[in-house]
Amino acid sequence: MSRPVRFNVHPIKADIKDNISLVDMPQGYSGEGFFTTNLSSVVGLARKNSLWPLPFATSCCGIEFMATMASHYDLARFGAERLGFSPRQCDLLMVMGTIAKKMGPIVKQVYLQMAEPRWVMAVGACASSGGIFDTYSVLQGIDQVVPVDVYVPGCPPRPEAILDGFMRIQDLVGKESIRRRNGEQYKNLLQSYGIQ
Amino acid sequence: MSLTNETIKDRLKAKFGDQVSNFEEPYGLLTFETPKDLNLKVMQFLFDDEELRFQFLTDLTAVHYPGEPGRELAIVYHLHNLRDNIRLRFKVFTPIAQPDIFTATQLYAAANWMERETYDFFGVNFVGHPNLKRILNVDEMTYFPMRKEYPLEDQTRIDKDDAMFGRGPGGIVSPMDEKAGPSTVGQAGPLNTADAGGATSQETRAGQGADEVKH
Amino acid sequence: MSVEHHIKLPEGSIEKTTTTLNLGPTHPATHGVFQNILELDGERIVSAEQTVGYIHRAFEKLAERRPLYQITTLTDRLNYCSSPINNMGWHLTCEKLLGVKTPKRVDYLRVIIMELSRISDHLICNSVVGVDSGAFTGFLYVMQYRELIYEIYEEVCGSRLTTNMGRIGGFERNFNSSVWEKLEKFMAEYPAVLKEFENLFTRNRIFMERTIGAGPINAERALNYGFTGPNLRAAGVDYDVRVHTPYSSYEDFEFEVPVGSTGDCYDRFLVRNGEMWQSLRIIEQAYRKIQDMKGAEAEVYHADAPSYYLPPKKDVYTKMEALIWHFKIVMGETEIPPGEVYQSVEGGNGEVGYYLISDGGRTPYRLHFRRPCFIYYQAYSELTKGSMLSDAIITMSSLNLIAGEMDA
Repeated sequence: MSRPVRFNVHPIKADIKDNISLVDMPQGYSGEGFFTTNLSSVVGLARKNSLWPLPFATSCCGIEFMATMASHYDLARFGAERLGFSPRQCDLLMVMGTIAKKMGPIVKQVYLQMAEPRWVMAVGACASSGGIFDTYSVLQGIDQVVPVDVYVPGCPPRPEAILDGFMRIQDLVGKESIRRRNGEQYKNLLQSYGIQ
Repeated sequence: MSLTNETIKDRLKAKFGDQVSNFEEPYGLLTFETPKDLNLKVMQFLFDDEELRFQFLTDLTAVHYPGEPGRELAIVYHLHNLRDNIRLRFKVFTPIAQPDIFTATQLYAAANWMERETYDFFGVNFVGHPNLKRILNVDEMTYFPMRKEYPLEDQTRIDKDDAMFGRGPGGIVSPMDEKAGPSTVGQAGPLNTADAGGATSQETRAGQGADEVKH
Repeated sequence: MSVEHHIKLPEGSIEKTTTTLNLGPTHPATHGVFQNILELDGERIVSAEQTVGYIHRAFEKLAERRPLYQITTLTDRLNYCSSPINNMGWHLTCEKLLGVKTPKRVDYLRVIIMELSRISDHLICNSVVGVDSGAFTGFLYVMQYRELIYEIYEEVCGSRLTTNMGRIGGFERNFNSSVWEKLEKFMAEYPAVLKEFENLFTRNRIFMERTIGAGPINAERALNYGFTGPNLRAAGVDYDVRVHTPYSSYEDFEFEVPVGSTGDCYDRFLVRNGEMWQSLRIIEQAYRKIQDMKGAEAEVYHADAPSYYLPPKKDVYTKMEALIWHFKIVMGETEIPPGEVYQSVEGGNGEVGYYLISDGGRTPYRLHFRRPCFIYYQAYSELTKGSMLSDAIITMSSLNLIAGEMDA
């Protein structure tokens, strides 16, 4: 039983006339020559469209990440053009792949080396909860060692799912209050992981 | 003249007599056994001999047979003669109380990590190995995980409920235990496939759905 | 007050003339996690010590718990750049143990899928060698064609990367017309792409100076270290499991095995490129052979093995035996004869071997994977002794080390 082919064999010509999306202005009060809004909206807007991710790719999800980074799915159009490999320069730690118990302290060390504000995305079933590997040597989710903001399920998640996770991180970044990192709740969260 | 399993068997018997035993050919691959102190001699013979020339070590691993006292650990070598395209397999057995085997690293450089892996998983002590440390597991691990008495799961984890997976506190519980063979020592038995798994699986899915609403 | 009261130096550190550099488990080349502790004298490497196991997932212990069909998902995650080859290898092992003979069409379909995955594996390796020597374009360009290969996998089995493709005895469904359309598109467009990719690198002076002479190994040492696959062929030995112990009807195909001479990075790059051309040739031959099949033979996509191959759903709903077989196969309660079998296939990195010991139970008694990456990574310290740090990086990426296969 054949069904009509839908993808990529006869590609549709791209139409760019109404296809360019522009970032919305934050809510504010404007007049001639001025625009007022609250600082966290502006800062959030700037941060979310220029996140610098650190791809911590360990296994199969890393290959799907490479496909996301490539031109077909293109992570760069979300502003994540510059992938850094040094934690000191990055905002977003994307942990992709299985983290074994041997690797756990290293994830924690990389997380500690990142400067605030920092976000963590657990990509894939193994990083979220251990995945199919319920064994003696696999850490059952990186949230045993670092606090996680977004979990992307899948084994491996499709590039669209990774992009969806990235967009949710962008939502979190855009709406974050600039006082969050100094607040009580955040301090307690870090304390619960043993991070000062 | 092409090399056949028969020729190899005759040459081995001629050189080692009774000490090579248990010749079988499962699925066409010649398999035999030697006592453990002869493993290097046999490999050296197979390597150096002009006709046999088994100069490629394909694989080195071990198997744990807890049901055979005195012969619990079997170390299995797979060798390959690339020129004549023949493979063979030979095994040495050792008791688990004293698992000392001579190392093959002088002959095959490939044996270095394969022996470390076998040590890491089974505790086989390769005498003469340059660097016999754990390779795949954490260095602090105190036991040898692939032995049959140890469980697969990390027993200290709290986020997964064993009862939901059909595994009771005393190991895997199965109503079909009369079919159990030597492989059901310890935890490695058949899964509980009967009603308990079917009834509680509904609750499992609902319970885990509620848990997954994290911050 | 002298300085010794405040600062405690480690033993022998003043006399030491080399620097210790930790090329740690997280490094930018996106290859996977393995660590190298290098001793450097200036820029030259004096010694290298490798640590692996950062992604040890205990596959062999997991396999003792799972019935045969559930192990296919584990084999996906060994060499995840070319997971269909591992799946097919596992099915071949099971078929050898169970005595199932596959029809020719199934063999040819398997060959097409295995060669596509070999192309996809070599594309990643070669383009990442390019990225590591500074050339990003090649990577972006060929990833487009990997996406087309992924689409072909999706049509066959539903998944892109960890495919869990096929069954014991064949495939779960026949290849539909979209598979053939996409395969034809691939065969039409890909040769030009590969030619362009080669033009970017093969006679590029910067690339040649970077890779020629980096990490060479001679044939005897390579054999002694247990090298297989493109790394061994680059050193000059033409050992290819497809030719030596043909499986899945590879003897019906005509192809060459490219062989290098010095075993350095440039030779490995060229051997992988050559293998991609040969894979394309094999795919075209298999496609021809399948299109030439007529009648009932052209509809066959699995062997006749009711105890191991799921019966079609309409039979399960209407016939009693089909229902029983379905139940038994899905619950993993089918009879596996006791015995031990070793089967190997030519994976993207070399001979992937499966050593399966069954004692008649529903799960294997012992399953061991012979993983080529694990075996040849031992030679890394010998390959990089005396070379410069950047040569060490490019040697690591040209060896195509896949961490999932290394640590299993």
